[in-house]
Amino acid sequence: MAILVDQDTRLLVQGVTGHEGEFHCGQMIAYGTQVVAGVTPGKGGQWACDGQVPVFDTVEEARAATGANASIVYVPAPSAPDAILEAAAAGISLIVCITEGVPVHDMIRISAHFAQKQVILIGPNCPGILSPSKANVGIIPGHIAIPGPVGIVSRSGTLTYEVIHALTSRGIGQSTCVGIGGDPIVGTSFVEILEMFEEDPSTEQVVLIGEIGGNDEERAAQFIAERVTKPVVAFVAGRTAPPGKRMGHAGAIIEGDSGTAMEKIAAFEAVGVRVAEHPGQVPDLMIH
Amino acid sequence: MRLQEYQSKSLFAKHGIPIPQGGVAATPKEARRIAQDRGGAVAVKAQVLVGGRGKAGGVRLADTPAEAEEAAAAILGMQVRELPVRQVLVEEAMNIRQEIYLGTAVDRSIGQAVMMASAEGGVDIERVARDNPKAIKRVVIDPFLGLSNSQALALAKVIGLPDEYHHAFDSVARGLYEVFLAYDALLAEINPLVITGEGELMALDGKVVIDDNALFRHPELAQMRDTSEETPAEREARAADLSYVYLGGEIGCVVNGAGLAMATMDVIKFFGGVPANFLDVGGGTRAEQVAAALHLVLGTPGTEAVLLNIFGGITRCDEVARGVVTALEEIDPCAPLVVRLVGTNESRGREILKDSGYRLIVADTLAEAARQVVAVAEGELEM
Repeated sequence: MAILVDQDTRLLVQGVTGHEGEFHCGQMIAYGTQVVAGVTPGKGGQWACDGQVPVFDTVEEARAATGANASIVYVPAPSAPDAILEAAAAGISLIVCITEGVPVHDMIRISAHFAQKQVILIGPNCPGILSPSKANVGIIPGHIAIPGPVGIVSRSGTLTYEVIHALTSRGIGQSTCVGIGGDPIVGTSFVEILEMFEEDPSTEQVVLIGEIGGNDEERAAQFIAERVTKPVVAFVAGRTAPPGKRMGHAGAIIEGDSGTAMEKIAAFEAVGVRVAEHPGQVPDLMIH
Repeated sequence: MRLQEYQSKSLFAKHGIPIPQGGVAATPKEARRIAQDRGGAVAVKAQVLVGGRGKAGGVRLADTPAEAEEAAAAILGMQVRELPVRQVLVEEAMNIRQEIYLGTAVDRSIGQAVMMASAEGGVDIERVARDNPKAIKRVVIDPFLGLSNSQALALAKVIGLPDEYHHAFDSVARGLYEVFLAYDALLAEINPLVITGEGELMALDGKVVIDDNALFRHPELAQMRDTSEETPAEREARAADLSYVYLGGEIGCVVNGAGLAMATMDVIKFFGGVPANFLDVGGGTRAEQVAAALHLVLGTPGTEAVLLNIFGGITRCDEVARGVVTALEEIDPCAPLVVRLVGTNESRGREILKDSGYRLIVADTLAEAARQVVAVAEGELEM
């Protein structure tokens, strides 16, 4: 088993005929992911990825024709919010948005709308979800991961690859790797993913990769104390980041005294989470 | 993107929020003319994008046009937190009876917009939030319904606003939420909102921060960007589409991804070095961007060594290696460079570096790379 995506995931790619969409669609198919359809308005009836993926004008048509149950969004930022809402309206229950640069006000509206619906949104501005040897829904390089008992959840992209790589090179495999995205407002937080890992029989321990800004890590620490029985190892990026400086991610801004790396690390340590000082230390802290 | 005070207030005025009358001056003479046109006492206020101008002497009152000219002469050319003042706002001086805080911002923990008010305006609102959180009233705004009358009233009551001002306050609060919404703001704040001696509510100071990701739908705001306060390095970084923050240490960093860039800085510190900068070249990086990034970091005075850390996913290591070679061709000799390349097309990338003949240290893991770059910077390891 795994969480969110596996061999039964029937994936639809929104923005499949774009440069990014088509490239990653090919990569996901090569990994063994069941990509059943693509959507690009105005290109319905064509085929993408060397004739492997039928293209539809709308998500509704694609879902009716192929039974897609998950969608990944590569649509450029100005249209990505619309693509997310379209997928949800068509009854897709898992939406992964890779697109970077989605305006915060669009996410305010989407999160208020989704609070009333049964839909899981991962991202935006995230690397997606990888369940090793089952399905790759996103842009995480599949070859760096191996199947195993460790669940990974992260706000970052390449830093997640770094940790997966460090675990794999020590022979420690992963159940599912989830990048939840680094923006100020994302569809799914650490807490929800921790809950899924807690309930997933194939996950024995969890690695959480956080960074400065916001209080998602602090809320995760509280949830771990209350609800998580599986061992958790954490890494928090940004110990050296000075307060008040913007470090790239829209999410990585320190607000006043809250959201610093030290505060997050203290919150984790207070509830028994082992915190690595650098990414290469994560494998050493796993329970063998 | 943060707007200057006068820019923020012009948006307020468009949405019905009363502001003092005045104008912007870049010379003492212009300041004098504005004061003359206004008649009466004026406030002369430095326009800079950092806080602390009041303490630095960047706000002065002037009773006559001659005094306004004098005040502007003193303020123009002064520095507030190392930023030179290039413009002053000259506006009618207000008779202040009470100062209030009113702001709208994004609360990321709930993913919604909130409006906050406090009777303790004019001061550092973050300090009030920390020391006396009960003094701040906060309402969550439904994006589909907007700010309701009852929410505005609740804010007015908590800050103890007399009944006769409730109507005017409602209109200011609505105007502020309109500004927040209409311009894709991350923050729209009036601090202080004052009750004048004449019994009017007026926005005395304003701060609006626009979401950079939404500037595509606000071309008129994108033109307002004030680049005069950027350092040459920051301007170079923005032109090359690099996310860059100068920190002042000895070890330059070039990394793909913001999280990995911060982690790379952390590892350098862990092994005893001091990172000189944060630099994220972004995803799907091209050779030119890598070259521009290395150019920027290697050209920074005080840099003893540079660590290039790339984990290729979308980014291809051969493309990165070509960028490294281009940069080294342009700037030779330069500070020692430690390269760590992993991921897509890793072996091709390493070959390109080897064939270039430049002397580089190539490391396999991030920890090893950090240890090496610190040793090189300290002079403990020869290239």
